Amino acid sequence: MASFYIALLFLAVGFLLVGLTVLFSRLLHPRINYPEKNLTYECGIIPEGESWIKFNSRFYVIALIFLIFDVEILFLFPWAVVFEELGLLAFVEMFIFIVILLVGLAYVWVKGDLDWIKPRPELAHLPKEKGK
Amino acid sequence: MEINEMLFLAIALTTVLSALIVALSKKIIYSAFALLLTLIGFAGLFIYLSADFLSMAQIMIYVGGILILILFGVLMTQRIYDPSQITAHNSIWVSLAGGIAMAAITGAVVWLNPWGKTLAKDFEYSTSRIGSELLTKYLLPFEVISVLLLAVLIGAVYLGRSREVHK
Repeated sequence: MASFYIALLFLAVGFLLVGLTVLFSRLLHPRINYPEKNLTYECGIIPEGESWIKFNSRFYVIALIFLIFDVEILFLFPWAVVFEELGLLAFVEMFIFIVILLVGLAYVWVKGDLDWIKPRPELAHLPKEKGK
Repeated sequence: MEINEMLFLAIALTTVLSALIVALSKKIIYSAFALLLTLIGFAGLFIYLSADFLSMAQIMIYVGGILILILFGVLMTQRIYDPSQITAHNSIWVSLAGGIAMAAITGAVVWLNPWGKTLAKDFEYSTSRIGSELLTKYLLPFEVISVLLLAVLIGAVYLGRSREVHK
């Protein structure tokens, strides 16, 4: 259980450092407010529209894919702990495990679920997009 | 009081308080963020049950993955972008009945099973035992997990994909 105390210590120090930084900056920074300062970008670009924009649902699919591979990584932990004991056998077993999941990666890749959505300007000299 | 017990109390308190925020907050986005603390608190409680693998799973999958999905889901709800919109709490009796029923069922399960003896034992790491059992005795189920994950991946992506893509 000792190693979990170390983990807890890391967590506590992390929170403490962030908290102290925020506290010090709050104590030290001068409080001068003017409208330009409260803009989203302080570099002269005037923001357009609201900051509450709707996410593209594409991100949701990518998060789903991430979640599946997150579960895969979870199974790497007990495997890594006993890897030295079992040697080559464990390697082959995990290899099969990962190859089966790689089929899924290939599927989402081929189907274009990993593609980023980019606005495509409709110009005459550009070739038509694939599949349209 | 021992330091162990104090830590346990602190973790349990954090979990319960953040769970209360999840249930009672007026803004659904605050609920989603308070869920982060609740789930981390659960991970801490799992360590007290000497379930270190489960605690890791909690952090990695629930905190790192499912919470993100919940946040996405929250951000996609209708009219979340109206800052004056508040979450209604008008079904408190139904929720209370549901919670009490859930507590009764869990309590009965805990009461009827002889888990007390297991819990009284000292902390032992379970990850290495899970690893060696998975890779030797339960090898086939282990590889079937992979196939299951593959099926889940394809199914989830198929359902979640926006309609215009697979026309």
